Amino acid sequence: MAQLSMKSKKAKNDVVVSASQLTNMQRILRDKWLYFLLIPGALYFILFKYLPMWGVLMAFQDYSPFRGFWASDWVGFDHFINFFQNPDFIRLLRNTLILALYDLIFFFPAPIIVALLLNEVRMQFFKRTIQTLVYVPHFMSWVIIASITYVFLTTSGGAVNAVVEFFTGEKINFLSSPDWFRPMIIAQVIWKETGWGTVIFLAALASVSAEQYEAAIMDGAGRFRRMWHVTLPALRSTIVILLILRLGNFLDQGFQQIYLMTNSLNRDVADVFDTYVYFVGITQGMFSYSTAVGLFKAVVGIILIYGADYFAKKMGQTGLF
Amino acid sequence: MHKMHNTPLGRVFDVFNHIVLILMGLVTFIPFVYVIAASFATEAEIAARPFFLVPETITTAAYDYIFSTNTFVRSIGVSVLVTVLGTLVSLLLTMSMAYPISRKNLLGRNIILNLVVFTMVFNGGMIPTYIVVRSLGLLDSLWALILPVAINPFYLIIVKSFFQNLPTELEEAARIDGCSDMGVFWRIVIPLSKPVIATFTLFYAVFYWNDFFNALLYISDSAKWPVQLLLQQLIMVANVDFGTMDTMLTDPPEESLKMAVVVVATLPILVFYPFLQKHFAKGILLGSVKG
Repeated sequence: MAQLSMKSKKAKNDVVVSASQLTNMQRILRDKWLYFLLIPGALYFILFKYLPMWGVLMAFQDYSPFRGFWASDWVGFDHFINFFQNPDFIRLLRNTLILALYDLIFFFPAPIIVALLLNEVRMQFFKRTIQTLVYVPHFMSWVIIASITYVFLTTSGGAVNAVVEFFTGEKINFLSSPDWFRPMIIAQVIWKETGWGTVIFLAALASVSAEQYEAAIMDGAGRFRRMWHVTLPALRSTIVILLILRLGNFLDQGFQQIYLMTNSLNRDVADVFDTYVYFVGITQGMFSYSTAVGLFKAVVGIILIYGADYFAKKMGQTGLF
Repeated sequence: MHKMHNTPLGRVFDVFNHIVLILMGLVTFIPFVYVIAASFATEAEIAARPFFLVPETITTAAYDYIFSTNTFVRSIGVSVLVTVLGTLVSLLLTMSMAYPISRKNLLGRNIILNLVVFTMVFNGGMIPTYIVVRSLGLLDSLWALILPVAINPFYLIIVKSFFQNLPTELEEAARIDGCSDMGVFWRIVIPLSKPVIATFTLFYAVFYWNDFFNALLYISDSAKWPVQLLLQQLIMVANVDFGTMDTMLTDPPEESLKMAVVVVATLPILVFYPFLQKHFAKGILLGSVKG
């Protein structure tokens, strides 16, 4: 009996082998053209993604551009210790977290609300016209958005300050005031991305069947009850997934946007990890120290992403990976 | 269907809803209209009126001026070159890499896929990438604006999924006719992928046209600045530092000139906007389907 079952097991293995008789070498030779096609892309990932990953070891060195990577001295965690003891660390963390929190409170709900409003519009022409208008800024570069912001907010002849002056009698220097920096950044994001943010929610709403609304009407649900009990629940899983993604990227404040709006007067509240790495690393040439700062942020980022994914799966969502 | 059961409150909501949406549309669009109007206005009018949608005197002086300067025309040339060349390189690399990793029986496919996905959650960061670009001798070369960002891993995964879902019958027929993998890729897969190619041409082109970050990092020679970097210097730095720049910027930049540069830098996006709207919406939805 035992022998028989062993035999049948062996037979099974034989079947598996004969199904893919080729050795690895033969498979590679068979797919040689596929590997050939793969070469340029693989080179790209090796050179510009994986080589820099290995380059983060600079964070543990006193990298000197003249001596090069191989000849520079190793200093262990010195740069990290310096960074954590530097008052800059708390300032960056504070700035980043406050901006991320504002973003979550003020920007995140905006596309959901606008998608709900658009969904209530019955005239298709009107709806499409509004969509066409509000999607435009998404495609503009941050330089364009920042330029327009400068044009409108400047104290020398800007339209916004003309209005402010009319009502209060004095001008507000939005562009260089530390108090106005955060509201300005969030307003820019809302202005640029709210319209486009509705796309994914409107797509989710398109999948709600008309029968669901009809059934709700049959049950006597009015306009607002239908919004609350049919439309909003249809968005729930999309909202949760986007929320998780947002939490996973909590430390990522857009470099381009913040860099463009930063100046010497608002630097104290403007600096976030990415802009700090740029200013300290590229403009001041402190390569190793700024690499350490970048690595710290990347490691926290990876923990946040996997943490968010784990959390999502716990909650019964599909997760990100 | 909603119409049948509209209550008075519902009607009030409808009116309110339309007003809010119209306001939103206006707030989004009017800044662009003002910038366009101001680019055709005289300096005196811009100084006198903080806001207008139609200039009193229409003049193309600002455009005449910027197109007569080397600095500006050159920066447009750089942007066009980088956009066209970059889009070509990116498409070629993305398509040719997506095809092999879409074949399920390719040895090592899962390892490659995982390595690609890993770059989406972790990267070496700004400084190590800068060091790599520098040691490749790419600083101050226009290739630095293309090669370090040639493949967007998200796009790669989306294209891979698209290839996976292509019907296999044509491919098999081609193989029976003696086509190699290369032949199948060029003669069957690429022609079948026209919609995806159109979408990603636009994705990459918009990215290259709008990119400012890489130019800021890698290009210090102002003769090689793309228009986005020139604009940033013009608007945000001009009142601080004139020393390093040539003729156009040594004259204090007038308001209408800035507006004209903004308009020209925006124009390609606005011209292609109808296509962008259509294809980007498709792309974002493709992206939300798991790879």
